[in-house]
Amino acid sequence: MNTKSKIATIAVALGMAASSSISHADEDADLVVNGEIEMVVRTAAPAHLEGAVSTIYSGWVFRSDETQAMQADDFDNPGMLFVEKGEQLFNTAMGADGQSCASCHQSSDLTNVRATYPQWDAEHSEVQTVEMQVRECQTEQMGMEEPWGINSGDMLDITAFIASIGRGQIVDVAIDGPAHETWELGREIYYTRFGQLELSCANCHEENYGNRIRADHLSQGQINGFPTYRLKNARLNGVQNRFRGCVRDTRAETYGIGSDEFVALELYVASRGNGLTVEGPSVRN
Amino acid sequence: MFTRHIILAALLGVSAGTTQAEVVSPSAVVVNEYGEIVQSLTGIAGDPARGQEVMTTRGLGNCIACHEVTALQDYPFHGEVGPSLDGVGARWDEAGLRGIIANAKAMFPGSIMPSFYKVDGYTRPGDAYTGKAAEGALEPLLAAQDIEDVVAYLLTLTEY
Repeated sequence: MNTKSKIATIAVALGMAASSSISHADEDADLVVNGEIEMVVRTAAPAHLEGAVSTIYSGWVFRSDETQAMQADDFDNPGMLFVEKGEQLFNTAMGADGQSCASCHQSSDLTNVRATYPQWDAEHSEVQTVEMQVRECQTEQMGMEEPWGINSGDMLDITAFIASIGRGQIVDVAIDGPAHETWELGREIYYTRFGQLELSCANCHEENYGNRIRADHLSQGQINGFPTYRLKNARLNGVQNRFRGCVRDTRAETYGIGSDEFVALELYVASRGNGLTVEGPSVRN
Repeated sequence: MFTRHIILAALLGVSAGTTQAEVVSPSAVVVNEYGEIVQSLTGIAGDPARGQEVMTTRGLGNCIACHEVTALQDYPFHGEVGPSLDGVGARWDEAGLRGIIANAKAMFPGSIMPSFYKVDGYTRPGDAYTGKAAEGALEPLLAAQDIEDVVAYLLTLTEY
């Protein structure tokens, strides 16, 4: 047992409330939200990861007991406040035609969206994220001249709502067919060592998940919990914004949110989580 | 400003800064076939106390982000990504340690460890941690004397 383990054990033994940054994650715990949504937080890796990892884990597994507990009950999950705002936006008329999302969609018809995006859009001949799909609806169906920004508060709220109604669905993004070329680009980016620190996604999240880097407990970098409520900044965080932060922290020039590279990376990383369940909005540190 | 000094020095045909006259630049470092660097990067003996500061300071080496060091227990949150450095001074000599810190990949191809004395060969190098593209020539992650100081500190870690 190393020193930190001893300290954590002693802290628990004394009944002390250890801070979330040092208390141990219960890597064997299971997640059931509200006592009814059963999440898959660990499962066999999809076939395309053969030789890389054998088991995939939700980032929830690597978080402290306190953070894990926050996600298990919607009354404790601060992200659910943004889901309520997102649901209001879903029913709010926007654009020249006075339509809302609800004019065309019943939310109960959208429960598989989060689990299957990014996905190929034949009409536009491109892989689209959920955010891109919302923007397409806004400009092409709802007559909005200026669709929401991909990383805007409104977009985060509505994508949190869309994720929340898909919670518990098994992530299953398609990587074959016309999306495959984009997926290959994402895979190449995942394994590229960027920046002056020369770190790839894989260096930390494939080769070192479960290890600590300073006070952080490295996860597999799964994105099934996005958008994520982060305790660090007390707001929702979109996945490509998280990508940007990671690439920045390698002392690299990042790609932009919405860039072809980050769309490809989002598809690839999502596919590494095929088999986990949609958790957004999850709670992370 | 720094760039201007270099240009001025070049125009005058003198070396950049008299105090750095002995410093071996990253591109001039001689690495042997084992990935070792035999020659000091500065010619000035390393200061182990300063080396400890470099090891534990986030804006400098931040070595404990990835390595556990029992002798540095007073500093919290040691990482687990790299091997423990306990006894590292008994496992390696000065040339080996200098080589690993400057460019670990020369000794261990594919190592995750950043190269602390290298200024080129990067993919999309940034302007420090801004996320923006680097402008002009890159500085190595650590200065030459920082590396000599860390080597001196590591050589004191002879206990397992």
